Amino acid sequence: MNDAFGRPQSVVVLGGTSDIAHELLGRFAADRCRSVVLAGRNRGQLEQAAEDLRHSVSHVETVLFDAVETDDAAKTVVRCFEAAGEAVDLVIVAVGELGHQEQDEADPDRIARMVTVNFTWPAMALSTAAAALEQQGHGRIIVLSTVAGYRVRRSNYVYGSAKAGLDGFAQGLGEGLRGSGVRLHIVRPGFVRTKMTVGRPAAPFAVGPDRVAADILRGVERGQAVIWSPGVLRWVFSVLRLLPQAVWRRLPG
Amino acid sequence: MTLTVDVSAQPLSGWGRTAPTTSMVSRPTDTSSIEEVLRTATSGVIARGLGRSYGDAAQCSGGLTIDLAGLDSIGAIDEASGTIEVGGGASLHELMRSIIPSGWFVAVTPGTRYVSVGGAIAADVHGKNHHRDGSFTRHVVEMTIVTPTGTFTVSPEVDPDLFWATAGGMGLTGVVVSATLRLIPIETSWILVDSERFTRLDDLMATMEATDDRYRYSVAWLDCFGHRAGNHRSVLTRGDHAPGAALPDRLQGRSREVPGDPRLRVPRSAPRRLVNRMSVRALNEAWFRASSTAPGSLKPLAGFFHPLDGVGSWNLLYGPDGFVQYQFAVAPERGDLVEEAVAAIASSGILSLIAVLKRFGPGTPGPLSFSQEGWTLALDFPLGPPGLPALLDDLDDLVAQAGGRVYLAKDARLRPELLPVMYPRLADFTAVSRRVDPDGVLASDLSRRLGIVR
Repeated sequence: MNDAFGRPQSVVVLGGTSDIAHELLGRFAADRCRSVVLAGRNRGQLEQAAEDLRHSVSHVETVLFDAVETDDAAKTVVRCFEAAGEAVDLVIVAVGELGHQEQDEADPDRIARMVTVNFTWPAMALSTAAAALEQQGHGRIIVLSTVAGYRVRRSNYVYGSAKAGLDGFAQGLGEGLRGSGVRLHIVRPGFVRTKMTVGRPAAPFAVGPDRVAADILRGVERGQAVIWSPGVLRWVFSVLRLLPQAVWRRLPG
Repeated sequence: MTLTVDVSAQPLSGWGRTAPTTSMVSRPTDTSSIEEVLRTATSGVIARGLGRSYGDAAQCSGGLTIDLAGLDSIGAIDEASGTIEVGGGASLHELMRSIIPSGWFVAVTPGTRYVSVGGAIAADVHGKNHHRDGSFTRHVVEMTIVTPTGTFTVSPEVDPDLFWATAGGMGLTGVVVSATLRLIPIETSWILVDSERFTRLDDLMATMEATDDRYRYSVAWLDCFGHRAGNHRSVLTRGDHAPGAALPDRLQGRSREVPGDPRLRVPRSAPRRLVNRMSVRALNEAWFRASSTAPGSLKPLAGFFHPLDGVGSWNLLYGPDGFVQYQFAVAPERGDLVEEAVAAIASSGILSLIAVLKRFGPGTPGPLSFSQEGWTLALDFPLGPPGLPALLDDLDDLVAQAGGRVYLAKDARLRPELLPVMYPRLADFTAVSRRVDPDGVLASDLSRRLGIVR
């Protein structure tokens, strides 16, 4: 069960090798968490993450999936819930790929892959997870979105638009869950220094995954529907969103 | 399963409004439908009275919650024995309204009248007279409990194991459908109150230890703001039921007035930050200054026992995030822990709106019954401050190391591994639970979170 501060005892992670999810799990494991299911594509990395967790969490399972296989989205979620061995308090959706804008934008197959991995599969999984949590009568969902989807830019619009789709989907889903005992939190980090962004120039307000994890925990504790990280981005982007396109276009990064 | 009672899915939370979960809710009006529910249930089932436990004790995510409001019967007073039989869903409010005019009162009342008799037993609630009279279940002559394996009428003499496991058992031994309570005679509905102010915590505690036994009722309020190196402002309020002769002529016509319904109600749209540093400081200041220091003032019973009941849904004042209440008990010789806890809270900079200190008399044989001889301190914390979860975890460690415990009726966040440390007789409880509920039908969010029954 989640406690009064939203601290879970049982967690399912879709995208189990995500650096942000890893930071979050470290904190949950040091707290009240006793069951973790890690789902992801890379068996080796998944097993390594699971092994690390087994020092402090009594029940850790792994589930393999590939987010290009949309037929498997619902099944993967069901398998994760079964593997948890108890009611699931929290589902973290950390599935996604940053891609390579220049190569992606001109290649329809790559565009399809980016949209599938960042939007279609996670949206299908979210829908299944939300229904399963509603059935349980309680639970939380954390969806990793991004500021890149808040106002899409020329420099990463394939990724940004797919994430914008997921963000919008999650907003609607979260509204629909009001009063059900299930709560959904959308996380919009800025530039995060992770293995996903290695080799890319950092944007202003860049943070590490530890900071994002801390911001998420605070947001969950306070029941925020949208969690920005760092928090100042809430205000930065409420201004950036209103900039004329001519100015927005000229911003660096 | 087919039920003879209507059920509907509903989100439920405790009085602190944290961690709401959804379950089916049924409102039976007779014992036989509760028996049917418990016999046929396939998922978790828990009873709910008036929802005044602060955390997640009276909800059952994904299962069934039995709302006992329909079992609110109040029998006739047996004048010879001073007892009365009431339904498990009857509120102490209605009970008091029914018995005060005939010159009777409940033996124990918690700080609110809006609790059900079943809930009062399940939490084994205490009042300002615990140092003298013990907890609520001490004054239960017998009770009838519906369990998954049958319906039993138990007392301290008949199946004492089940009786005492139910006292403080948080509803996990079964549904208390009725109870016979021992009442106390009163001449008036007024309390003769002595108030004293203190500026040092050790003075207050020494006074309570030395002279509490002169009073039936005793409680102290601490101002967590007024701390300066061992200085804690406090007001000690003690009293007893006023005899008829103590009432002045102008009150003679109102000698057995019954408590009314709330005159004020907090709107759902209460401002988010109504409880803040300034308002808490002002309230504590006002409370300290307004406390009468004249001995022997007369107070209406409701104002003395249930000051917050005058405002309906006062929990909304804490805003949409809700609040947690933290209450611990430690042995008489560990009074130092009270000072240590207050100091830890003060240095954390986190607000506690209410801090209430009281001395407990001996506890009951109930393995999960909270009250144990010594000191108890209750604190209210609105959700929000960043360090609050960690502060309460730290207090847990202090309390556990001192051999104390926290109150499950108020808990919403204890670490499960501390439960058997704080309640070392947990195994006795589990043994009774296995006997009456071998399939583990009875469950609540609290029991799952803490692993009380498996």
